[in-house]
Amino acid sequence: MLWNTLTLAFREIRRNVMRSFLTILGIVIGVAAVIVMVTLGGGATAQVTDQIASLGSNLLMVRPGQRMGPGSSSTAPPFSMADVEAISRDITSLAAVAPSLSQSVTAVYGNENWTTTANGSNDQFFQVRNWSLDSGRVFTESELRSGKAVCVIGATVRKELFGAQDPIGSTIRLGKVACQVVGLLESKGQSTMGNDQDDIVVLPLRTVQRRFAGTQDVRLIQVSVRDGISTEKAKEEIETLLRKRRHIAPSEDDNFQVMDMKEIASMLTGTTRILTSLLGAVAAVSLLVGGIGIMNIMLVSVTERTREIGIRLAIGALEHEVLLQFLVEAVVLSSLGGVVGILLALVSSLGLASLLQIPFVFNTSIVLVAFLFSAAVGVVFGFFPARKAAQLDPIEALRHE
Amino acid sequence: MTMNAPSSRPPLIELRGVTKIYGRGQASMQALRGIDLRIEQGDFVAVMGPSGSGKSTCMNILGCLDSPTAGEYLFEGVEVGALSRDKRALLRRNYLGFVFQGFNLLNRTSALENVELPLIYRGTPASERHEQAYKALEAVGLEAWASHTPGELSGGQQQRVAIARAIVTHPRVLLADEPTGNLDSARSVEIMELLQHFNQELGITVMMVTHEPDMAVYAKRCVHFRDGLVEKDLANGGVV
Repeated sequence: MLWNTLTLAFREIRRNVMRSFLTILGIVIGVAAVIVMVTLGGGATAQVTDQIASLGSNLLMVRPGQRMGPGSSSTAPPFSMADVEAISRDITSLAAVAPSLSQSVTAVYGNENWTTTANGSNDQFFQVRNWSLDSGRVFTESELRSGKAVCVIGATVRKELFGAQDPIGSTIRLGKVACQVVGLLESKGQSTMGNDQDDIVVLPLRTVQRRFAGTQDVRLIQVSVRDGISTEKAKEEIETLLRKRRHIAPSEDDNFQVMDMKEIASMLTGTTRILTSLLGAVAAVSLLVGGIGIMNIMLVSVTERTREIGIRLAIGALEHEVLLQFLVEAVVLSSLGGVVGILLALVSSLGLASLLQIPFVFNTSIVLVAFLFSAAVGVVFGFFPARKAAQLDPIEALRHE
Repeated sequence: MTMNAPSSRPPLIELRGVTKIYGRGQASMQALRGIDLRIEQGDFVAVMGPSGSGKSTCMNILGCLDSPTAGEYLFEGVEVGALSRDKRALLRRNYLGFVFQGFNLLNRTSALENVELPLIYRGTPASERHEQAYKALEAVGLEAWASHTPGELSGGQQQRVAIARAIVTHPRVLLADEPTGNLDSARSVEIMELLQHFNQELGITVMMVTHEPDMAVYAKRCVHFRDGLVEKDLANGGVV
């Protein structure tokens, strides 16, 4: 009986291809929208997590000033090399400590020029940022001590200045300083905030301090915490040490801040998750509207087919058999919409993921949920028209023109 | 409900004091005012009467499409007038066949599939179903048209498909409501000959509503309705 009903439903759908297509369009769009939103959202979340992991999840950033943002650090005194040395000497829970002083410079090689960031640091910078070299070498001890004009360049700078050429050993001009390229960083791509991490030239800290900035300041200290030690504990130790060194009274607020990448990571993934569920919810509304579309068409269909229902009832169809027929038809229609929607969603989220350059994360559960939901839409919105059909009076139905 | 035990067997159909009232209170309309009717197995009854005489109401009750307001409807001695909707549907499915004035075939569905429809609801397996339906189409001379839809058939052919659909289950009673009402006289004769054939050869009891005395002559018995009562009940072509 169920098999008969199924074939009957398919026959009815085939008979009215155009109408069936328009009927399921709402479900198709609804299912596709939900899956695309959730898939892209999942991809974005995965990307954020990946990027933060590539920064190093045990990374702490120490900045002068109270909060992030433009101008906020100017009033607070910067750090000095003495602070950096004190941190690496006194806090044993750290694996690496990298001071930083950045400055915008124009890099020139041959006819090419490119404005980039000159970041003065030490060899531990590469360890802290979990960043290895594509070719060449890092700085030597004597280069760091004497502030020699040598640099390690990022992939973007290499591309802009050298194209496909090998940059190692070439001399580029940074501002007024001629600087030998000793290393090339491997590409890291865009950061979570959307800026290009590869657009960088790394030099010894002393070189930047003396030849570019003309100060002894350190604007940023990046440290990585030893494995197995909590970042919270290291953070506390750094805060205690710096409060002492910067002579901050117990009643005063810190004039520096220690940021934990884990906190930033959870904040960012939290934000993308909320956005994903919000978009998913909006898409789910369209799925509901699609269900109402099915109910509408099924009601029209019941009116149109009143005579057919009358014939079936007269021949001896039971109430629940007619109910089942219309219900199965609605469910088959909406499930068909679900399947088409899933296919559409997979194709379009693959396309969109490559367009937006985020990873395509296939989410089996949302596909399954969307399909089951579309079938459930068929049951819920098909039931009312089906019951209407089943309760028709056969005599009245036969008389219907 | 067995077919043998001839003498003591109750009549196939017996109506006792059946009344039918539509509506309530002031607006109510009494369509049947107490009908008594006995129909034996194998009879061929023509039901005649002016419109509004209650013959259609009576046919609906006989066809278990409607329930009487009062009175008894005994089918093979079993009271069926007060049965539930689904029980009456089962009775129609297993014992009755219907032929309508407007043919009432499913559109865009082949003749064979139309004939198969009652068998589907009976749960007959697919292969048996095709065979039986095809045989029924053969019996009405339309086996060559099995795959055609009603739209591709003439009115007479459509009615023959409808008859095949009605007899494919070998019903006890065939209820025909003005089966020739939409047909010209040559086609009408074909239809009447088919009904007569199934009545005589298969022993199917036929109840037929008609306005045309020419058609009523094919029946063995003629019941006249007037104002919700049986006015005349004449045997063997007793057309006035």
